[in-house]
Amino acid sequence: MSEVEQVHFTEQRLAEIDALVKKYPSARSALLPVLHMAQEDFGYLPMHVQQLVADTLGLRLMIVREVVTFYTMFREHETGKYRLEVCTNAGCMLNGADELVQHITKSLGINVGETTSDGMFTVTEVECAGACAGAPVVQINNEYHEKVDASYMDAFITKVSSSEEGGQV
Amino acid sequence: MISSDPKQVKAICFDRIHLEGQTGLEVARKNGAYKFLPTVLKDFDSDHIVDEVKKSGLRGRGGAGFPTGLKWSFVPRNTGKPTYLLCNADEGEPGTFKDRDIMRFDPHLLIEGMIMAGFALGVKDAYIYIRGEFLHEANVMDAAIDEAYAANLLGENILGTDFSMNLTVHRGAGAYICGEETALIESLEGRPGRPRFKPPFPAVEGFYRCPTVVNNVETLATVPAILEFGGDWHAEIGVPNNTGMKIFSVSGHVNKPGNYEVPMGTSLKVLIEEYCGGLQHGTVPKVIIPGGSSTPWLTAEHYDTPLTYDAMMKAGSMLGSGAIIVMDETADLIALTRRLAHFYAHESCGQCTPCREGTGWLERTMNRVEAGQGCKKDVEVLNDAAEHMAGRTICALADGASAPILSLLKHFPEIVEERLMENAE
Repeated sequence: MSEVEQVHFTEQRLAEIDALVKKYPSARSALLPVLHMAQEDFGYLPMHVQQLVADTLGLRLMIVREVVTFYTMFREHETGKYRLEVCTNAGCMLNGADELVQHITKSLGINVGETTSDGMFTVTEVECAGACAGAPVVQINNEYHEKVDASYMDAFITKVSSSEEGGQV
Repeated sequence: MISSDPKQVKAICFDRIHLEGQTGLEVARKNGAYKFLPTVLKDFDSDHIVDEVKKSGLRGRGGAGFPTGLKWSFVPRNTGKPTYLLCNADEGEPGTFKDRDIMRFDPHLLIEGMIMAGFALGVKDAYIYIRGEFLHEANVMDAAIDEAYAANLLGENILGTDFSMNLTVHRGAGAYICGEETALIESLEGRPGRPRFKPPFPAVEGFYRCPTVVNNVETLATVPAILEFGGDWHAEIGVPNNTGMKIFSVSGHVNKPGNYEVPMGTSLKVLIEEYCGGLQHGTVPKVIIPGGSSTPWLTAEHYDTPLTYDAMMKAGSMLGSGAIIVMDETADLIALTRRLAHFYAHESCGQCTPCREGTGWLERTMNRVEAGQGCKKDVEVLNDAAEHMAGRTICALADGASAPILSLLKHFPEIVEERLMENAE
């Protein structure tokens, strides 16, 4: 068996989880929020992080895995630093979302679901973001960007790419 | 300010959302938040509140349109178990984006509505289940809740009364099905969101098998006005059996997409032309999906339909959550239907075979039809699959998945035919 990476929650995080668990009739209810925390802390949820969550809440790994694999927002694999999630459901589709996806993937030279080789950008299509008045909507790392067009995305990609190179961000 | 004259009411849930600083407690209070709460906690009792809400005619704003007061009256008393109040802020129905605005612009309105509902139902712990993508909105709600605790509007002995209630924001993680109330409960218990068989209904056995009321954000945000001005006042707004104001989320091919709160009974045409600045192209819509992507389509002949639960049903559709997706002549209906088929296949929780398999059949067949690789038999396949899904599953997702397919085939058979003929040639 290969060496398993050991990860821990910080003391502060553990205190937060303790307080959270008390808000529910059972610790299991804290599973989704704690997975969100773990994803924030570790970037994504590989098996050893899922094990950590299971141990922290006193749940079996299988229970955690069942939840991680059910919900779209939980990621088992590493993604680019910037996740460009384009809503292509009805409202956005009627306002140019498919063309926007084509533009983004073409300018980054990747397909939907892929990450650029420099590890900067991952492009995915997502379901209705619940912000259809701002169609098309792109979520970039949990932040909503509304009425997005090709030039907006170009500017965003250029901006973060150049600040990366300059060692900022 | 909401007018005490029902004929003069311009807004209920959106009355204060445009006011600057409204998310902060101090400003919200200056603008009237929690003004009537002490009266409710000190002078009203549970039966009185439930009666007022019944009298108001308020129907659930999340989609089903079930009378709220009646739902509350189903909660058994003195069971020895706690009663829970869950606010459904999952807002995942494609086309719906109204609850988001209440939460991010006037979070205290929702908190106040929940305190009043919680008081009426004898709730000690209440939760707001908010879709995971609404991180900003969850943060706004959390900050408002912290302020409410500090001001003794939540927690122990609220405003010096015997009533105590906790309120917690709980984020989902990207599963449409969790907007279905029993799936929401499963999810809140830390499980995959798979709907439960009903009965028992949540009012009797819900969260951790205890009596539970699940109400939509807009529903709960309407409660403070109903209690302040009275159920009769609310019943005077709108039309009989479809009372009050309603927020409509209008998207698609309109010039001014957005949320509009209008009296129930306003016509679709008035909403689109007078509020939304009309269509992007042409004067008559090709398709209107009136209540979110799961509701059957309406066409130009129903453009004058009043926006009520009853009129929409009569027209062959549903008011749903009030999410109106408008399509003008430029819409590619086959591409749209294929996209929605993909959505339902992606979001099916997989526990009922007709839905798990059926949504896959619909998606694959629509992919084929759109790509010009279909054959005449595909129309039969679509009809057959859709008809074998609706009504044969635990929840209504399968019905929702069937709606766009059956609508396309019913209203626009020639478009499908044409696409298939292109292939035949």
